[in-house]
Amino acid sequence: MNIKAKLLGAAALVAVALPGHAIADTTDKRIALSNNYAGNSWRQAMLESWEKVGSKAVSDGIVAAADAFTTSENQATEQAAQIQNMILQGYDAIVINAASPTALNGAVKEACDAGIIVVSFDGIVTEPCAWRIAVDFKEMGRQQVEYLASRLPDGGNLLEIRGLAGVFVDDEIHAGIEQGVSENASFKIVGSVHGDWAQDVSQKAVAGILPSLPEIVGVVTQGGDGYGAAQAIKAAGRDVPVIVMGNRQDEMKWWAEARDADGYETLSLSIAPGVGTLAFWVAQQIFDGAEVPKDLTVPFLKVTQDTLDETLEATPEGSVANVEYSQADAKAVISDAN
Amino acid sequence: MNGKYRILLPVLSLAFLLAAVFYLQPRAMSYFGLNLLFNLAVPIALATIAQMMIMMVNDIDLSIGTFVSFVACVTATFLHDTPVLGVAILLAAILAYAGLGALIHIRQLPAIVVTLGMSFVWGGLAVLLLPSPGGTAPVWIRSLMTVKPPLVPMAVVACVLIAGISHFLIMRSSTGTLLRAVGGNAQAVARSGWSVAKLKAGAYALAGFFGVLSGVCLVGLTTSADANIALRYTLLSIAGVILGGGEFTGGKISPVGAVIGALTLALAGSFLSFMRLSPDWQIGAQGAILILVLAVRLLFSRRNRKWKEAAQNG
Repeated sequence: MNIKAKLLGAAALVAVALPGHAIADTTDKRIALSNNYAGNSWRQAMLESWEKVGSKAVSDGIVAAADAFTTSENQATEQAAQIQNMILQGYDAIVINAASPTALNGAVKEACDAGIIVVSFDGIVTEPCAWRIAVDFKEMGRQQVEYLASRLPDGGNLLEIRGLAGVFVDDEIHAGIEQGVSENASFKIVGSVHGDWAQDVSQKAVAGILPSLPEIVGVVTQGGDGYGAAQAIKAAGRDVPVIVMGNRQDEMKWWAEARDADGYETLSLSIAPGVGTLAFWVAQQIFDGAEVPKDLTVPFLKVTQDTLDETLEATPEGSVANVEYSQADAKAVISDAN
Repeated sequence: MNGKYRILLPVLSLAFLLAAVFYLQPRAMSYFGLNLLFNLAVPIALATIAQMMIMMVNDIDLSIGTFVSFVACVTATFLHDTPVLGVAILLAAILAYAGLGALIHIRQLPAIVVTLGMSFVWGGLAVLLLPSPGGTAPVWIRSLMTVKPPLVPMAVVACVLIAGISHFLIMRSSTGTLLRAVGGNAQAVARSGWSVAKLKAGAYALAGFFGVLSGVCLVGLTTSADANIALRYTLLSIAGVILGGGEFTGGKISPVGAVIGALTLALAGSFLSFMRLSPDWQIGAQGAILILVLAVRLLFSRRNRKWKEAAQNG
């Protein structure tokens, strides 16, 4: 106890001594991550980022704890119980990647009523007392067409690869692409397939539709499908159009090779798994007294021709490009929203 | 195992786990804490009672999880917007359960297959009702599930009520005795002039009724629904019945034990989470707790038999 008090005192001193540092009243705050699923590379990267940023923040004395919990089964009822356990464990903030946008609302309300700050991200919750860090998927679709318009001022035919049918994310990105096409009338979508965000499915689907298509100048995608599309188009003996990528390592590797071979240029965008760390800092900022609106939007991670090499190098094989957010990033996101 | 002691082991396992949780997390030892620990166990307890009704007549229900999800979707949509229609749908669902019971008996179908098939029907209906998660809990059920009775938290009151009512229904009433007899020896019941088809339909209707209660309570806690909200309940409910002293060979059940079994399972999850056990190990650990309790039960029942034999020989 004594040592803990001393450490806290020391941390407070350091915090006060550092000019421009946030007010030191978050040192005793404990933040928990409630995660519903850890079975794919994106979630694994998310947990790693949380661990890295969280343990650094703890050792820097910014917060007292940043513990991650994952439910053993991807079920809303289990996650609701997990959140209620966190209330009992006395956490001051709970950061949630939710199994369901609505089925956790009761537990989230319990947490809010107990004075706990709840921040949801990626899988957000609709309970009004919680903060939401959402991804603007629609904008992600729109920006793809906007980029193509900047590259190909004459317009032309586009192929669209969609995600998993019936999933909200697929609808949103698709709506954004439609909007982009209506804003840039020189483009026309001549074909659309479902690639299910997987490169093998996309390759098969694109290979199937290609013979029926006229010349295409660009491929708009949803991530995880760019590499398969490139393979299918190459196998058909066609010129590879501008394929918008989705930050997967295999996509970026193919892009780098094509660039080295014949100066291929494109854009890659997706959500960084590190968005969990943004939620962490947002919770910390709320403790710090910042005025934070309930709905925030995550900037998505863009990889351009200039940043390709460094991003590819930093991304482990089979993984997704990632970025860990800092306290300053959180402040920027909050001030943008205000 | 003797009927009187059937209840002892579940009570002891629950007490042991509860003590461990209180030791790990003293904050749980309060009105507020107990409610948080157990409120999500209320719908599980109801689903377990529903499963018990089916296991009582020597069948097993693999659709209870999707059925509860379906009820949750009805509750969050129809029961909220047009209560009359909502109640009608839920009554129809209970009737469907009764019909299934009769069908299974008359056509001599294996219940495990019929209910597995029905699980896709209920799941499909739930997705049709709520293609994306949402809906709103009716105000009355929300206030019922968040009520704060004096001294004892809602979750505990609800569990005692569920255990008491189902105990009275199954263990004390004459209909209950008949229903248990169907599971024990259906032929004997039929020969004494009772309609087994009607009795089975009755048991299934009771299961449907408790399944409906489970879904409604679940929505009262979560405030809205999701077509996949209660998929876990199928296995949890079977485990709860067994943990509570019930057996797969019909007729041998304990309603109070089943409620305690459901509470024990819910508590096991919290216990492992308070232990900060890695999620990779949690499912395994939950299974280990289950096997441990069952192993202890086997040990008891063996010893019991030995004593009896010794008494007879001596």
